[in-house]
Amino acid sequence: MVTRQRLRRTLLYVPGNMPGMLQNIPVFNADGVMIDLEDAVPLSEKDAARTLARNFLVAFPDRSKEIFVRINGLDTKYALDDLRQVLPGRPDGIRLPKADDPEVVERLDTLLTEYEERLGLEIGHFSILPSIESAVGVLNCVKTAQASRRIVALAFGAEDYTASLEIQRTRSGEELLGARMQIVWAAKAAGLQAIDSVFADANDTDGLRADTELVKRLGFTGKSLVNPRQIEVVHDVFRPKQEEIDHALEVMEAIKKAREMGTGVISLRGKMVDAPVVKRAARTIRTAVAFGLIDYELSNEVIYGQE
Amino acid sequence: MDITRRASAGTMQSSDLMVHVEPAERLDIQIESTVKKQFEHLIRDRIEAVLRQLAVTRVLVKVSDRGALDYAIEARMETALRRAAEA
Repeated sequence: MVTRQRLRRTLLYVPGNMPGMLQNIPVFNADGVMIDLEDAVPLSEKDAARTLARNFLVAFPDRSKEIFVRINGLDTKYALDDLRQVLPGRPDGIRLPKADDPEVVERLDTLLTEYEERLGLEIGHFSILPSIESAVGVLNCVKTAQASRRIVALAFGAEDYTASLEIQRTRSGEELLGARMQIVWAAKAAGLQAIDSVFADANDTDGLRADTELVKRLGFTGKSLVNPRQIEVVHDVFRPKQEEIDHALEVMEAIKKAREMGTGVISLRGKMVDAPVVKRAARTIRTAVAFGLIDYELSNEVIYGQE
Repeated sequence: MDITRRASAGTMQSSDLMVHVEPAERLDIQIESTVKKQFEHLIRDRIEAVLRQLAVTRVLVKVSDRGALDYAIEARMETALRRAAEA
């Protein structure tokens, strides 16, 4: 079944036609990988890549991470062959490029259901990661996010997006702000994660760190990657900092005291602590627990108060 | 499956292999490999398995192996044969 809330800080692209990269998938420490049959594969090698990817998936059924396959767009002649070949290898999900409107996601949903019936899998086994990568895709993404129960996150494809706007992608990324916000809003409104675009220059670690810090502040929960060297930087940015954890724990102590005194608001070093501050602190603590940084039992009664 | 023309699949990158196939009167498999001494018989097993699976009996197969694992050998063989049999 589709697991919506697993950790997806880093989703690494692996070219579908390179055995040397595919067989490293078990050792990459990304949260997930996306085997790419689309842009990383030239038109003349589409058949070879999907056969290789299928054989890889069948040969390596025990995986330490989530595996998506990026198929070719449903508007191409390759997409149906991609699905027919790779789905028997039981990837966790499909990254759908050019998810410009809800209809294209619904079409994929229907196809996946057919394959699940044919393969004897539970309906809903395959998840969908729609990629928003054009102006029309951004405009429609609020509805696209709600097009299927299989969707686990919305992904942003900034390279194709800037191409569709006929603009340059810059290192600082101001040109992406509007699209990124729309995608975060659409994802959060639908209860989904938001996965930011790749940062293409694998040698520019500072640029990657700045870009990741920016999208974390905007609300993205993870990033697509082009190179395994980028994994650690992104994990580090998404890992809660010690001062954030300390602050969150202080907030919890403060609100506990407030509840004991019969109020829902209290001051912590001159700053107001009330329900939204507590919710954010709880999220930081949950993340820190998930990262194994602290051991902490959160109680809903402390977070939300007694009824 | 009938092999009607020459075709190839794969690359010369590490962990991959290059497969050439062409029409022939009988089955002929020629293997070059960086690990030929240790693994030629295993590579041949994989190649023959794909030939059986696709019912190909008359073909010349030339393989340049760069240390590919079984799944890649089978994938490149299958792709080359399908390319060589396309109408």
